Amino acid sequence: MKTGSPVLISRADPFPKSLWPRVATVALVVYVIYACAQMEISWERVQTGLANAAHFFARLFPPNFARHELLVRGLLESLQIAVLASTLGILLALPIGLAGARNLMPPWASWPARALIVLARSLHPVIVAILFVKAVGFGALAGVLALTVASVGFIGKLFTEAIEEISSKQVEAVRATGAPFPSVLAFGVMPQVFSRFIGFATYQLDSNLRNSTMVGIVGAGGIGGTLFAAFQRFDYDFVCAILIAIISLIMLGEVLAAGVRAIFIDNATLPELFRRRGLPRRDRLVEDE
Amino acid sequence: MPNSLVIRGLTKEYVPGKPVLSDIDLAFGETCINAIIGPSGTGKSTLIRCINRLVEPTSGEILFDGADLARLVGTPLRQARRHIGMVFQEYNLVERLTVMENLLCGRLGYVSAWKAWRRKFPTEDIERAFQLLDVVGLAGFAQRRADALSGGQRQRVGIARAVMQEPKLLLADEPTSSLDPKTSVEIMQLLADVARSRDIPVLINMHDVDLATRFADRIVGMSGGRVVFDGAPAGLSDAMLKQIYGGEDWLQ
Repeated sequence: MKTGSPVLISRADPFPKSLWPRVATVALVVYVIYACAQMEISWERVQTGLANAAHFFARLFPPNFARHELLVRGLLESLQIAVLASTLGILLALPIGLAGARNLMPPWASWPARALIVLARSLHPVIVAILFVKAVGFGALAGVLALTVASVGFIGKLFTEAIEEISSKQVEAVRATGAPFPSVLAFGVMPQVFSRFIGFATYQLDSNLRNSTMVGIVGAGGIGGTLFAAFQRFDYDFVCAILIAIISLIMLGEVLAAGVRAIFIDNATLPELFRRRGLPRRDRLVEDE
Repeated sequence: MPNSLVIRGLTKEYVPGKPVLSDIDLAFGETCINAIIGPSGTGKSTLIRCINRLVEPTSGEILFDGADLARLVGTPLRQARRHIGMVFQEYNLVERLTVMENLLCGRLGYVSAWKAWRRKFPTEDIERAFQLLDVVGLAGFAQRRADALSGGQRQRVGIARAVMQEPKLLLADEPTSSLDPKTSVEIMQLLADVARSRDIPVLINMHDVDLATRFADRIVGMSGGRVVFDGAPAGLSDAMLKQIYGGEDWLQ
């Protein structure tokens, strides 16, 4: 057997310390100190800030639910924006993500698809929402479009990566039976990526739900607009009510997403889902004594 | 035997100027069980994969069923593949599909993609799949997921999937190399039974010379990308094995 030239290692110290990680650590610490000084973040500044914060938080409580109609209308609109954008985004991301997979598609298909995904990911949803508000006017439509773009970018990218990681052996076997390309996708590719895709989709719904409460700040519909107005009028007790409502909505979404994942990925049935308390116990990789 | 396969001047170069297969001439069809033996890296797998075009041949002809498989593209190639069943070393089942779905993969060349997506297979296909599960000894496993099976069970599913195609030719790429000795014999027996009962030729790559001589009607010995032996197992002398594999200590 041929071996390369042996690397000399000191037997007393077989794990030689290298210089560069240390230099990088020192550089990071220096930069953090420099940045604090540059932005005039000092202990006095934090103290005055904290005093102001105490005053603000005191005014948040007790939350005021008097205008609950306005609150519920905003929340429902946010929910609708999230669901519509997720559905539309998933439907668009499926073909685009598939087209981007270089192990299945020729370069003339994968490069444009990848470019589209990068484009959809490059701007923050708030910036995209502002663009759509300018383009199609104030309201929920702009929010739906903005979050659809975000969903296409996120799911498209992860879906492409999931397809590129599949086992080629399983695909090869299906191809060897003389199956046409769409059938190879249905039997060789989809089974390998389906559970991950469900994971991405529920995560994106979750993320859209959060973002849909925010796009309203720039006039793209949903509870965000109400929240922004309440801030500007110093109605801090109403702000608190809105925040509590948003947190409840996100938590509800989290539970729903976990349920969807349990059904599609762990093959749980609905009754099982309600009978069971919490998530299935997972085997831990590390056990203690 | 009606289904003959004629290979003429088959050459495959993964890197130009370094042939893995050089100018192979072989004809199959007279004998049923054909074992291809030879050291690792000598192009056995490549030979098998050229036949159903999982690997692109560099030059040469592969005549089967009235067509030159080496020249086919697109739909004609897919239609030719339908009649060539393949069994893989690592089974290559679709892990997350059930045994039944894996068997029905063998029918994908015959069923429209639209029906395949909705799992609408003809009743006779499903009926035959159940019969085949009995044949390979996996009755009752139809709804089991492939990743829940043992190696021997997986290879039985792999064979059943290939037979589902109603193949006129079976290819097996080291079907027993990942299995224990007892299961290996059972799998070889199953392959031989299937091929003989359907009267179709089967080409099996193998490493186990004893298993090859025990089951094969004909043995093709390859070395360095060429055929160096071709004949009945009885003619496979120690001297011949030495020529195929090189060295002699392992023969003791």
